[in-house]
Amino acid sequence: MIDVCDLKTYYSTGFLCRTEVRAVDGVSFGIKKGETLGLVGESGCGKTTLGRSLLRLIEPTGGRVVFDGTNITALSRKDLRRFRPRMQMIFQDAYASLNPRMRVRESITEPLRIHGLEDRAGIGRRVRELIEMVGLNEEHLNRRPYELSGGQNQRVVLARVLALEPEFIVADEPTAGLDVSVQAQILTLFRDLGRDYHTACLYISHDLGVVRAMSDRVAVMLKGRIVEIGPTADVLDRPCHSYTRRLVAASSADRGFSRPAPCPALPGSPVMVEVQSGHWVEAAAR
Amino acid sequence: MGDALLCVRGLKVGFPTVDGVVKASNAVDLTIQAGETLALLGETGSGKTVLGMAILRLLQPNTRIEGEILYRGRDLLSLPQEEMQKIRGREIAVVLQNSGTSLNPVLRVGDQIAEAITLHRGLKGAEAEAAAVELLERVRIADPARMAREYPHRFSGGMRERALIALALACSPSFLIADEPTRGLDAVTKHEILALFSEINRGRSVLFITHDIEAAATLATRVAVMYAGEIVEIGPVDAVLSSPAHPYTRGLLESLPARGMRPIPGSAPSLIAPPSGCRFFPRCPCSVGRCETEHPGLVPVGPGHCARCMLYD
Repeated sequence: MIDVCDLKTYYSTGFLCRTEVRAVDGVSFGIKKGETLGLVGESGCGKTTLGRSLLRLIEPTGGRVVFDGTNITALSRKDLRRFRPRMQMIFQDAYASLNPRMRVRESITEPLRIHGLEDRAGIGRRVRELIEMVGLNEEHLNRRPYELSGGQNQRVVLARVLALEPEFIVADEPTAGLDVSVQAQILTLFRDLGRDYHTACLYISHDLGVVRAMSDRVAVMLKGRIVEIGPTADVLDRPCHSYTRRLVAASSADRGFSRPAPCPALPGSPVMVEVQSGHWVEAAAR
Repeated sequence: MGDALLCVRGLKVGFPTVDGVVKASNAVDLTIQAGETLALLGETGSGKTVLGMAILRLLQPNTRIEGEILYRGRDLLSLPQEEMQKIRGREIAVVLQNSGTSLNPVLRVGDQIAEAITLHRGLKGAEAEAAAVELLERVRIADPARMAREYPHRFSGGMRERALIALALACSPSFLIADEPTRGLDAVTKHEILALFSEINRGRSVLFITHDIEAAATLATRVAVMYAGEIVEIGPVDAVLSSPAHPYTRGLLESLPARGMRPIPGSAPSLIAPPSGCRFFPRCPCSVGRCETEHPGLVPVGPGHCARCMLYD
């Protein structure tokens, strides 16, 4: 479904933009139809930049993103628009992703209208269908974001994204800041809907528990690079890279604190080594 | 059992609004022993923070407060303002929620800590500054002498949390209220902050307010679970988390991704007009007829373990 090859996104910062920050530094992976790839890593490792670069919400500096056979990094802005309904993003802060002046009905109608998917009567029917699908009811259609709770707003965002029946979704920590019971509601909903629609998904989170529950495969990101990738159970139960081990140790420690060893610097240019079928780890080139 | 350091009795807190009084706390009883860490577990809007702020008397002046908060036998609610100010910071300190906005952005971090030291410990100038650097070192901020001269925006989320902890520790308080200190931190940073807490907990009473069950399991000796302004379950951490008695606590634990991720249906009730009987009744999978009309009391279900549920009445 989606193939990423040597993707790079650099930012220029500092005095006269002379400092270069390599937020995404040569990342390659693929996601199949109906598959969820979890992306984990600590704050500032480049997870969000990677997610946004895939959809060209941030222009990548180099590399290729191939979506369903088309290299979308080479498309013009105008041609890219045709692909927009097929790939969608869910952001961290649901409240900030909704227009505060729009009622829920308008928010969900907007993408349908812009991409001209339905006629007027069809839109009304579809909006009601969507709002029920995400577990809200028609009464909520007349509310504005500030009249809804965090969990309800995230449901509205989900309805808005699903309106277009996208084939690929980038979900950037959609449950950050939600309570566990609400998080469980949103995640089960998201997982079930993903299954029904066979959506490919990049699920970004720093919560390993959530990623374990949501993903088929997991990629671990450190300083702009993917250092380990493979089937969820393999990566999280038998982590090979020292950084993955540190992450797993930090999130599974219930009692007793052993300070995890710092990740040693990898000498030379790193390459990926396959340790098991489909489970790749970055190792120093010899 | 040690000595009760803090004793909350029948605490009711109400916020008047145009739609009616929001009953954020409904007859809360709570005792904290000297040297213990009590985790106050609950979801957004359950009244955890309100309870913490009520103890510190940091709620809005128009808030309706009833009940007693006894600290070393003195009722904090009836103390004059000046007396309370002496207790706040020196005896009872707080690590506020949201480390991003709890530090003054236009003052150097070291100066903010030194201010508290000057105020409560009477140290001046260079002495207070040295003490501030020492505190930053204690919370493991690398290169504390240099970082003390930096402004908060140069600190990362984890470092700001550390600075706030240093600020709270400035006067070696015997009671610490920590309000969601791990919110918004990534797994590795959270782990480090919890490790720091487990160190400063020693010989100090802590009320650890959190919605993070794992954090509560890591730090607390006892856990109190709040729902809709009430304590619905309280007991030793192992008992509450491994054999939860209240259906809400069970639901909360089953919502965790690691424990099956089975959500509790419905959502938390309005605190303006909460359900008349048991407040969890509309969402409860084990409710019986009288749950709708009778309000359950806290009943013992094990040693030091109580639950507010008809199942045990």
